[in-house]
Amino acid sequence: MPGTLVQIESKPPRGDWTDPHVEFRKGSICYSAAPKNLEYLGLPNPRVWQPLDADWKLPPDWKRILLEGMKDRLKKYRSFRLFMEICVRCGACADKCHFYLGSADPKNMPVMRAELMRSVYRRYFTLTGRLFGALAGARELTEDVVKEWFYYFYQCTECRRCSVFCPYGIDTAEITMMGRELLNLIGCNTNWILEPAANCFRMGNHLGIQPHGFKDSIDFAAEEASEITGLKIEVPIQRKGAEVLFVMPSADYFASPHYYTLLGYLMLFHEIGLDYTVSAYASEGGNFGLFSSHEMMKRLNAKIYEEARRLGVKWILGGECGHMWRVLHQYMDTMNGPADFLEVPVSPMTGTVFENTRSTKMVHICEFTADLIHHGRLRLDPSRNDHWNVTYHDSCNPARGMGLLEEPRYILNSVSRHFHEMPENTIREQTFCCGSGAGLGTDENLEMRLRGGFPRANAVKYVKEKYGVNLLTCICAIDKATLPTLLEYWVPGVEVAGVHELLGNALVMTGEKERTADLRGEPFAPARESEALHA
Amino acid sequence: MPTFEVEGRKYDVDEDGFLQEPERWNEDVARDFAQSEAVNELTEAHWKVIRYIRNYYLQYGIAPMVRKVCKETGNKLSDIYSLFPSGPAKGACKLAGLPKPTGCV
Repeated sequence: MPGTLVQIESKPPRGDWTDPHVEFRKGSICYSAAPKNLEYLGLPNPRVWQPLDADWKLPPDWKRILLEGMKDRLKKYRSFRLFMEICVRCGACADKCHFYLGSADPKNMPVMRAELMRSVYRRYFTLTGRLFGALAGARELTEDVVKEWFYYFYQCTECRRCSVFCPYGIDTAEITMMGRELLNLIGCNTNWILEPAANCFRMGNHLGIQPHGFKDSIDFAAEEASEITGLKIEVPIQRKGAEVLFVMPSADYFASPHYYTLLGYLMLFHEIGLDYTVSAYASEGGNFGLFSSHEMMKRLNAKIYEEARRLGVKWILGGECGHMWRVLHQYMDTMNGPADFLEVPVSPMTGTVFENTRSTKMVHICEFTADLIHHGRLRLDPSRNDHWNVTYHDSCNPARGMGLLEEPRYILNSVSRHFHEMPENTIREQTFCCGSGAGLGTDENLEMRLRGGFPRANAVKYVKEKYGVNLLTCICAIDKATLPTLLEYWVPGVEVAGVHELLGNALVMTGEKERTADLRGEPFAPARESEALHA
Repeated sequence: MPTFEVEGRKYDVDEDGFLQEPERWNEDVARDFAQSEAVNELTEAHWKVIRYIRNYYLQYGIAPMVRKVCKETGNKLSDIYSLFPSGPAKGACKLAGLPKPTGCV
């Protein structure tokens, strides 16, 4: 019950922080990756083990592997070296982490999380650390430190809220990414990350949906969108020569409430007559490689450009996916590009050139839709969303990873009439994470997810009580998967939806039949004459 | 690998209790697993969902879309949660002998 989790101990624990000992227990860990997934991906040290075991069955030369791995990466990534050096421990980040706020564990302060690695960096890679050891803030790398790293680097959602407040701009998410990458070298990884990664590598998506299953799901959605609108909506699959390749997270064609966002996309594309295609090969926007290593991220991401090239499209459009956009926006172009076989994206409906995508050639669906609305190309009836009092959760990676702040709000204010913001220090670039990102959204980690999501849920509670908000919108598949559980616990009575689900409700399509219910089949709110916007 | 045991019958399962030997599934296996999902009695309404998921899995190698389960079995999502408290992707799939879905779900 919320009553127990909200009793957050505010006194720091006694003892020395340099003691790496961690108490592992179900509720705040993720299970280890199954050997079959490591083997499939060609990762080292596949074996049966669990974080709860005393013996983690590390390779005999684990220490050498880790230190050499660290040395290589210090050379390869200047940001890593910089972030190991420059922190002045001002403490600005300390209370900005949702996991710290929800758990009060000092090692969840971003500065401390980074210090777990910095102390090892000092010991082996700086002169003062080598000479003076603990006096210079250095720590030996021991097996307990490995376990501590595992615990805390899988207790960070790489959301980057802390980095917004760091006067040096240290990106603690990158330190977590390095921590996980190093742990991967000795086979300390989690199944909730590596199974989707293995599935994605083999089948093109995290769920492991094969091409005939992909077609079945997409056809089913097209048929349901047709039933709802009375129109014949078709979705082209792997059609060579289409202008646009559309890539979405696989959860959009598997889970709920994601699915209703898919209906929204399909209705939009039909209405504007977009010349597009989807693909079973590039059937995943998300990238669980980001949660594992740069190499894995690159391997999984490569499918998007490859398929765009094979199909001969001009540019790529991407759906409501969170971490996908960090990869696309910040890594794809240099990792798997340059995509010089593609053209600079231009909206075929408005002529808008998406200048910001000149290098990646990939446009976010919210940019695309906001532009359509701005140019008056869509007929919208926002009263069809009158049954919702809406607020918006800035999904971390689109917000902080690519600065997508205005477009979703512009859409929401066009498709609904009752939109209310959460408090300003919990939205936009200061948005609070769902608490389950970066591969932590698994059941055995539920207590930590509920703790980490507490600041977000608390802000939702505020707008629920003040404005009667009953719908939290977002643009990330992990959000859609995990926020319902979070809200059910902390703020019952608030549902979760994608922005394009509300667009699908409000979109008045040419030749549509009379619609009386929303995409979920719930009846529209009865019209009040004074508020009726359409005749 | 963990095992799940009912009246002397042992099954290899994952940490969440999902059957790891999909070929071993039959309706008796579903009955054995029901108690682990807080389902006391398997009614015709349960079987309709379980059989639909199982047949889909045999054809496609994966669980059907949640919305498709609802529509094809004539249930609302809330009905599925009443039948299988941990939901369609977890409870219903477990009883149908499918592996646990992973990713942003």
